Amino acid sequence: MIEFDHVTKRYKSNIGLDDVSVKINEGDFVFLVGPSGAGKSTFVKLILKELDADKGTIIVKGKNVTSMSAREVPKLRRNIGIVFQDFRLLPKKTVYENVAFAMEIIHKPRKTIKKQVPQALTMMGIADKAKKYPDELSAGEQQRVAIARAIVNRPKILIADEPTGNLDPDTAWEIMQLLNQINQLGTTIVMVTHAKDIVDKMEKRVIAIEKGRIVRDETGMYGYKEALEDAMGAFDTMPVKSRDTFRAGFRRGDRR
Amino acid sequence: MKTLFYTIKQAFIQFGRNRSMSVISIFAITCMLLILSLFFILFINVNSAAEAVKGDYNSIELFLKDDTSREDADAIIADMKQQDGVSDAYYKTREEAMAEFKERWGDNGYLLDSLQDNPLPNSVVIMIGDLEKADALAEHAEGYDGIEDIKYYKSTVDKLLRATQFIKISTIVLMIFLIIVSIIVVSNTIKLTVFNRAEEISIMKYVGATNWFIRGPFLVEGILIGLISAGISLGITYLVYDRIVDIIGDQVYHLLSMPMVPVGFLIYNFAWIFLALGVSIGSCGSIISMRKFLDA
Repeated sequence: MIEFDHVTKRYKSNIGLDDVSVKINEGDFVFLVGPSGAGKSTFVKLILKELDADKGTIIVKGKNVTSMSAREVPKLRRNIGIVFQDFRLLPKKTVYENVAFAMEIIHKPRKTIKKQVPQALTMMGIADKAKKYPDELSAGEQQRVAIARAIVNRPKILIADEPTGNLDPDTAWEIMQLLNQINQLGTTIVMVTHAKDIVDKMEKRVIAIEKGRIVRDETGMYGYKEALEDAMGAFDTMPVKSRDTFRAGFRRGDRR
Repeated sequence: MKTLFYTIKQAFIQFGRNRSMSVISIFAITCMLLILSLFFILFINVNSAAEAVKGDYNSIELFLKDDTSREDADAIIADMKQQDGVSDAYYKTREEAMAEFKERWGDNGYLLDSLQDNPLPNSVVIMIGDLEKADALAEHAEGYDGIEDIKYYKSTVDKLLRATQFIKISTIVLMIFLIIVSIIVVSNTIKLTVFNRAEEISIMKYVGATNWFIRGPFLVEGILIGLISAGISLGITYLVYDRIVDIIGDQVYHLLSMPMVPVGFLIYNFAWIFLALGVSIGSCGSIISMRKFLDA
């Protein structure tokens, strides 16, 4: 569904991505984790062709994005839903209009709009909020509207850029359940996040990026490397004898 | 069709929301078009004067002394006819000259009737076939006896042509300058609207709206500003020029024996120029202001 083949993207002074190769299959649910400035945003922007790669090829849904002309970009994006940390709803439009907007601007027939918008709202559990304005809703509800907008055109891929960043843990977990549900209906999801607890709880594929490189790609937990480093930090201050004991124990327990 | 309707509706909404900036833009562009029209008016009139005088360019008139006989004149004519570059030479009596003069004055010709004597001299008119030879022929003619003066238009026409050229070039330079300024003014106005809607535009982009779909309303807004400015300046130019022709048209006619370019002709030509300028200024302005937002 999404394939990076030796992709490099440099900015003037620093590296965005450095020779990254990765494949995300149809129906995958992938977390993209890593410190700020590691290249997560670059990764997402390359998928959306907001940026052009310097080297390598990117294939999204069978199309070569790297060689794609500017005219084809809108078509690419119609196949990708996107959700942001800050929701990005239009304040002067109602919930219904916000979601319908995404269909109107790509010229969907009115009949389809009238059918699919309520469906998306119902799926997100906010059908009763259709006539409200975004500022009348809680943060969690606003994010549900944003997700409804992202999926209303039934994209094959959903990109969520820290969708739980502005939400309290309970609400965040509700949102994760909704994303999981969308994923189970067949949509590939790429979620950028810092939320360690969520990643650990979900037990999905985790791609960790650091300094432009993929440092880990496996199903499981967020903090593998950080946990190791923390432990190693504590390690150095220990007496030599307990270090060995600790090391042995850590080796056994580092993968669950 | 639906898109077109959407585009135009959005453009009017934006124009309305941004009213004060739109009005300022229209004012600025109108001013520039008016300055431009001033130069155009000057240019067109000087040009038509130059064209009128050019007709006299191909003749040299030798004014004869009062005591020069017809025979002497015929000798001059015969000699001139043999010169290289002369197409014709003929004798013009003072009566004929007076009749021509009266004709030029048109309706006011009766004023000349009050003259007791005809002050005009007899003359020999030399028609020049090859304009390159004009200077040499004039010089040759100066050698004849019995000639009072030589009326020779070349220097006048040269000056006029140079003036025309100068005005033409300065009009073009000024036009380019004013167009650039106008585009900047429009693009700044539109930029304000774009800023107001940056959020909306970014969402539109993420959902997969085409650039032209996003650009459309802003383009129409720019064109609208351009067209309104063109209309206003055209109207003002019409009123002012009409009045100018009314007031000084007669004097100009007497002074240069040439009418000013009529207002209808002028406005007809200006209409196309102004509309084209208005549309291109408006559309360039909006496209420039949107470029940054649509890059990615």
